[in-house]
Amino acid sequence: MNEKKMIENFVQLIRRASTDLPRDIEKALESAGRRESGVAGQAVGVILENIRLARRDSVPLCQDTGLHTWTVHHPFTWDAEKIRSWILEATVRATSAGLLRPNAVDPVTGANSGNNTGIAHPMIELAAWKRNYLTAGLLLKGGGSENVSSQVSLPDTGIGAGRDIEGVKRAALKIVLAAQGRGCAPGIVGLCAGGDRQTGYRIAKAQLKRPLDDRNPDPALARLEKSILEAANALGIGPMGFGGKTTLLGVKAARAARHPACYFVTVAYGCWALRRWNLKIDAGGRLPVFSQKPFNG
Amino acid sequence: MKELITPVSKKVIRSLSIGDEVLLTGTIVTARDAAHKLMVEKKPAFLREHLEGGIIYHCGPIVKKTGRVWTVVSAGPTTSAREEPYEAAVIGHYGVRAVIGKGGMGEKTGKALKKFGAVYLHAVGGAAVVLAGSIRRVRDVLLLDELGAPEAFWILEVSKFPAVVTMDTKGNSLHRSVLKESEKRFENLIA
Repeated sequence: MNEKKMIENFVQLIRRASTDLPRDIEKALESAGRRESGVAGQAVGVILENIRLARRDSVPLCQDTGLHTWTVHHPFTWDAEKIRSWILEATVRATSAGLLRPNAVDPVTGANSGNNTGIAHPMIELAAWKRNYLTAGLLLKGGGSENVSSQVSLPDTGIGAGRDIEGVKRAALKIVLAAQGRGCAPGIVGLCAGGDRQTGYRIAKAQLKRPLDDRNPDPALARLEKSILEAANALGIGPMGFGGKTTLLGVKAARAARHPACYFVTVAYGCWALRRWNLKIDAGGRLPVFSQKPFNG
Repeated sequence: MKELITPVSKKVIRSLSIGDEVLLTGTIVTARDAAHKLMVEKKPAFLREHLEGGIIYHCGPIVKKTGRVWTVVSAGPTTSAREEPYEAAVIGHYGVRAVIGKGGMGEKTGKALKKFGAVYLHAVGGAAVVLAGSIRRVRDVLLLDELGAPEAFWILEVSKFPAVVTMDTKGNSLHRSVLKESEKRFENLIA
């Protein structure tokens, strides 16, 4: 196991996530550009130019490189804490290299660590498995989009939302309405119906890793995704909240068992710069493969 | 497309209307959360020369130092709503002519824009490379050690920095009109 190479692979994953917007998002933005006009159209034009320049020059496409979520599956023979240390080292190096903005701030002292490490950051989920390779998914999620992410408790009488699919839809629209353009619309919604509060947020954010053009195998959720997307776009918030036809690029939903007394609808709102990439490495730490799509469902 | 060159006169600012696209050339100063809190609580006098008749940019850039020279790698706007508690006071106290950010600001700032003759300019959120490309150089940075790179006052020279007027000196706000329209549509949907 060449540890230096492993760390370098993780740095390369960070580089791709920070600078190279996945093609599925870019395609959706190109479609939006064809639909929009006026200042909304101009905004999408600038966004598309930005995506191309960032990819060409390998520079962060947005200055807010956000907080980082790593989801790692590894052969059970590997030392999980070692993997964690490689991710930390890669994070520090990528920050020094200007691929990441220092974004880890202590909430008590106000001190910025300067290198993106801090209590509970980067956020790393590690799971051992019997397969003979490692996969790592990285999501960079900015602060603006995180601030407009939210969780609604059903029933919500203010919006006529009961504890049913229609209620979930209304709750999602309530959150998208409140976000206006502040999450850097057009956004992508990751949604979880159910769970406790923590699970709701975790699963909603995990939905953002799904390719935009995938199909939800659950027909009820697939219908819900389509329904929310259409209704959200009908609100007319548009790119940057300038008014327009494209408020969301996609909706990805999941369900989780809920307590009988609770019904949480959680929306993880992703900005248009949905920065996610994946890495696969063999058991010897060789042959890294980078992909815009997740390696495992 | 209107070209603005700093220092921008009050007359030119008052001639702008929401929906106008502008290209900004001259000097802008970044200021976000910690900077705004400081400006309102401490009102540092040393900032006046940079802010009077000047332009604030809500931004925490990614910067790189090569030798003694700073370059801005990535510099898109941050969400302006967080500065809403402070902005009216900053505009009034320092005589700022324009505020660049994203997502717009609220009624308190809107009133100050009208009263003092200033506008809100919306830069495209996340278009950090395009916007960094319009930054010619970093003239100076203030309070870097105290506040850290994202929060410091970066004094930047820009050329043809693109933005859209979304709040003008007549009290108009594109954000308010989009909010009202989308709320109306939401009400119809859930009726």
